[in-house]
Amino acid sequence: MLQAKKKTGLVFFPAFDWAISPTHPEREERLLYTQDQVFEEGLLDIDGIVEFKPDLVTINDVQRVHFCVPDPWAVMTESHFISAGGAKTIGMAVMDGKVERGFALVRPPGHHACRVVHGTRGFCNVNIEAIMIEYLRRAYGVERVAIVDTDCHHGDGTQDIYWHDPHTLFISMHQDGRTLYPGTGFVQEMGGPNAIGTTINIPLPPHTSDEGYLYATKEIVLPILADFKPQLIINSAGQDNHYSDPITNMNISAQGYAALTTLLQADIAVLEGGYAIEGALPYINTGIILAMAGLDYNRLREPDFDAERYRQSRDITEHIELLGEKVLKIWRQRELLAETARAKSYPDQRNRHIYYDQDGIHEQQNEMIRICDDCGGALRIESTAVRPKPILAVHIPVNACPACLDQGHQWYETADRNKFADIFLQDRTTDRYLSGAKK
Amino acid sequence: MIIGLDVGGTHTDVILLHGRQLVREVKIATDADNLFQTLLAGLGAVIEGIDPKSIRRAVLSTTLATNLVAQQKLPDVGMVVAGGPGIDPRHFRTNPFYYTVDGAQDHRGREIQALDEYQVQSIGKDLKRHGIRYAGVVSKFSVRNTAQEEKMAALLQPYVERVFMGHLFSGNLNFPRRIATTYLNCAVYPVHKMFFEAMQKALTQKGLTVPIRILRPDGGNMNIESSVNHPAQTILSGPSASVMGAISSAPAQGSCLVLDIGGTTTDMAVLIDKDPLLEPLGIEVSPYKTLIRALLTQSIGIGGDSSVRIRDGKLTIGPDRTGRAMAYGGSAPTPTDAFHVLGRGGSGDVSRSRTGLEPVAQALGLNLEQTAELIFTSACRTILEGAGKMIEAINSKPVYTVHELWEGSRIDPKHMLVLGGPAPQFAAQLQTMFDGKVEVVPNYQVANAIGCALARTTCEVTLFADTALGRATAPSEGFRQAIPPGFTLNNARDLTDELLRKKAILRGADPEDIETEILEESQFNMIRGFQTIGKNIRVRMQLKPGLISEDD
Ligand SMILES: [Zn+2]
Ligand SMILES: [Zn+2]
Repeated sequence: MLQAKKKTGLVFFPAFDWAISPTHPEREERLLYTQDQVFEEGLLDIDGIVEFKPDLVTINDVQRVHFCVPDPWAVMTESHFISAGGAKTIGMAVMDGKVERGFALVRPPGHHACRVVHGTRGFCNVNIEAIMIEYLRRAYGVERVAIVDTDCHHGDGTQDIYWHDPHTLFISMHQDGRTLYPGTGFVQEMGGPNAIGTTINIPLPPHTSDEGYLYATKEIVLPILADFKPQLIINSAGQDNHYSDPITNMNISAQGYAALTTLLQADIAVLEGGYAIEGALPYINTGIILAMAGLDYNRLREPDFDAERYRQSRDITEHIELLGEKVLKIWRQRELLAETARAKSYPDQRNRHIYYDQDGIHEQQNEMIRICDDCGGALRIESTAVRPKPILAVHIPVNACPACLDQGHQWYETADRNKFADIFLQDRTTDRYLSGAKK
Repeated sequence: MIIGLDVGGTHTDVILLHGRQLVREVKIATDADNLFQTLLAGLGAVIEGIDPKSIRRAVLSTTLATNLVAQQKLPDVGMVVAGGPGIDPRHFRTNPFYYTVDGAQDHRGREIQALDEYQVQSIGKDLKRHGIRYAGVVSKFSVRNTAQEEKMAALLQPYVERVFMGHLFSGNLNFPRRIATTYLNCAVYPVHKMFFEAMQKALTQKGLTVPIRILRPDGGNMNIESSVNHPAQTILSGPSASVMGAISSAPAQGSCLVLDIGGTTTDMAVLIDKDPLLEPLGIEVSPYKTLIRALLTQSIGIGGDSSVRIRDGKLTIGPDRTGRAMAYGGSAPTPTDAFHVLGRGGSGDVSRSRTGLEPVAQALGLNLEQTAELIFTSACRTILEGAGKMIEAINSKPVYTVHELWEGSRIDPKHMLVLGGPAPQFAAQLQTMFDGKVEVVPNYQVANAIGCALARTTCEVTLFADTALGRATAPSEGFRQAIPPGFTLNNARDLTDELLRKKAILRGADPEDIETEILEESQFNMIRGFQTIGKNIRVRMQLKPGLISEDD
C-alpha cells in the first residue's frame, strides 16, 4: 500500500465548462487529460493524499490585493472566484495542519494579474497566489513569504504586487523576456526602493533543459531561500517550460518538474500556465503530486521523451552559470544597492505602460511610494485605461508605520474627486477597502 | 410470489411476498461455515407448504464473497499487470502470483509501448507449473483501449482455465482499483460458481425452478449467469438490502437518511427523491479499494447489543459486541438493556437488565434510570454524529465544473427512516434529538429481506467516443465501433442507452421495466493549434437502483 511521506492536500478544479474563447489555450479541454491521468493513477486513493473542494474567495479577499476597475464583478467571472478559492482552500488546509503541503491544481491562472486590474492579461484576471497569501497573512498572521514562480513566462503580475514589499521574496525563473511574453523579468528588476533585493529575476535562455533548470534551482534559488528564511514557500507551478509546450521554447521534462518540486520543498504549489495539454500536463501534474507527497516518481516519463534530444548545449550551461553569479551578487549586495537606488533624484516615482493583450487595453500608470525605513511604504497609483479620467488607488501595507499610515490617508482624503473616475483606499492595517467614487 | 433472503452476520432473514403483502417471515441462525445449508434451510422454511410453482422470483443477498475476503480464504490466482509510465505497478500488488509486464497505453488509449508477449507467455507457463487455474489481466487505460488486455488474455488462455480482463468490470478510470477489482472477481470466481450452481440444482430438486437472482451492493440484482462473470459484484450486498427495504417509505421529494440499526453496527445511507446515493467509484472491501458499484453506506460501531463499559470513569458504548443483551441472557449491559430499564419496550427480562446496569450506575454515581437514559442518549448521539459526518462528506465532494460549484446544492436531510431489530426504541429517542421527522419502516425487522426481494436489476455502461481517433468504445461491454467525424453527444447518448438496455436484459431485467438514466456526460472540443481536430465525448448511464413495478 502506498503511503504519502508528506500528507498532501489537493484541490483539483479543471473548470470543465469555462474558456477564454473556444480555441484559446485556456479552454475547457486544458486539464481533461490531466484528470484522466490523475484518476487512472489512483492518486486520490493514496493514503495521505487528500482532495478538498475549493471554497470561493470573497470580494474582501480580492480587494485585499487588487484594485479592480471599476469593480471586481467587471473583471472577474465565477471561475476566478473558484480558482483563487482553490488556492485559498489549500493555504488554509496547510495552515490548519490538515495537511503538510498542498497543490491547487486549478484554472484559470493568475500570475500576470497586477495590483490594478482593468481586464485580462496573459490569460489572467486576478492573482490567485497573492489573494491566497494576503488572506493567510490576515487570518493566520503569516509574515515572511517566498514565492518561487516557475512558469515559463515572467510572473510580472506577482512582481508588481510585491514590488514594494520587503517581507515577500518573489523569485521568478522564466524564459528570457527578450524572447517571450510579457517581455520583462530581467536581472536588474530587483524591487522598489523600500524592498530592493526581494524581487529576483532569473531569465533563462531558450532551450534550457532539466540540467540548467535544476542547476538554477539548486545554486541560485535555494541559497537565497535559505538566507531569507520564509515561513511559507509558495510555488507558482506553471508547466509551460515543457519541451512540448506550444507557446514557449524551453526543454524541461516531467522528471525535471518532479525533481524541481523535490528540491523546492514548497508548502503550497499553485498551477499557473502549461499548454501541452496531452503530452505534458498529465505527466507533469502526476510528477508534482508524487513529489509533493514524497513518493517515488522514477517511472514517470512522457511517451515521447528523448533525453538526448533535449540535452542542453554547453553555451546554455555557461550562460546559466554566469547568470547565477550575477543574481547572487545582487542578492548579497542588496543593502548597498538599496542605498544607491534611494539616492536617485526621484526614487519614489515610476511611470509605466501596461498592456492587456486579451482585451487590447493600454493602461498608463504613475506610481508613487513613500520612501520608508520602517515599513513597505504607503503607495499611491494613478491609472488611466479605458475611461478618459484616471483612477486613484492608495495602498497602505499590513504593517505600515504611523507616518505611512498618515500619508496614505492624506492621499485618499485630499484627492480631487473631480479629477478621478474612481478613488480607492486599501488600508491593510485595518483590512478595509474603500471606494470613494460616489462621494 | 416472491422470495427475499438476506444473510446477516448472526441470523438470516427470509420473507415471502404476495404482491407487496408480507405473507411469511422466517429468521434462522446463520452458519458462516456452512452458508449453503443456511440458505437451503431458510428457503426451505419459507416455502414450506407452498406450491413452489407459485414462486416467480427469488433474490438472495449472501455473505459468501465477503466472508472469503474477510477470512482470507481466497484461492491463489495469477495477476498480470501492464503499467507503463507512472506509479510503479508493483505498489499495487494484490496477491503472491502478481506479475508486471512491459506494455503501455496513454490516456486516449494509444499504444505507447508494445506488450511484451514473451513475458506474458512465460508467466502463463509459470502459472501452469504452480497449478494456478485462474488469472486476471489489467493494463493501464484499458478502459480507453482494450487491446492490450485482450492480447494478454489470449496469450494466457492456453495455460489456465479462465482469464478475467479488467476492462469488463467497470468503465471507470482507476488502475489500482481495476487491479483489485479484477483480482477479487478472479479469486471469488471458483467458489462462487460452484456454490450457486449447486444451490440452483438443490432448489430445483425441491421443485423451485425459478432462476435465482443475487443482490449486489448497488441495490440491484443479477441472475446467476451474469454473476458468474462478475462474482465480486455480490460482495457486501447486505447494507443495500436494507436501503432498498426503506425506499418505499421514503418521501418522494428531498433527502432522507436511512438507518439500519443492528446488533453491532448501524448502517447509514442517504436517499434523494427516493433514489439511493452511490459510491463515487466503488466499494471498499478492506484492504481492497475497488470499482465495484455500490450504494454509499457508512457503518458505525453502535447497535442494540453494543457493549456498555466504563473506561477511565467515562461511559463508552461499542464498537464491539460481547453477545446478546443481558435482558436476553447475555453477559454485558447494552443499549437494549437501557431501554428495558426505561420500560420502553423489549420482551426480555428487565431484572437482568437492571442487574447489568447496576455497576455502570455506581461508577457514574447515577441512579439506574438516569444511567439508562444516559446510555441511550449517548448511543443515539453517536449515531447522529456519524450521520452528520456522512452528510458533510457528501456535501464536500469535489465537483469539476463552474456550474456545479456555483449552483452547488447541499443536502440537509429532514427525514429519517429507521429499520432493524431495535428500530422502534431508537426511533423514539432519535425523534427527540433530531430536527426532522423520524419514522420506523413497516416490517422493520425484515425490511432488509423485503428490499432484497423487490430490488430491480441494475447495471451501468460507460462510453468514450473520440472522433479524432474515429472510434467509440464501451469497455465493459467489449464494444468498439468506428464512428464518423460528425458523431455527436446525442449519438453517444443513444448508443449508450442501446448498450445499457441490451446489458440489462442479459442481466435479467424485465424488458418492460427498464428505466435508464444519465449519470455523467461531457463533450470537449479537441483543439490542436487553432484547429478543431475532433470531439472527446464521455457518457455514463445506469439502470438506477429501485423497486420492481407493482404488478411484477
Ligand atoms: Zn506561462
Ligand atoms: Zn513606513
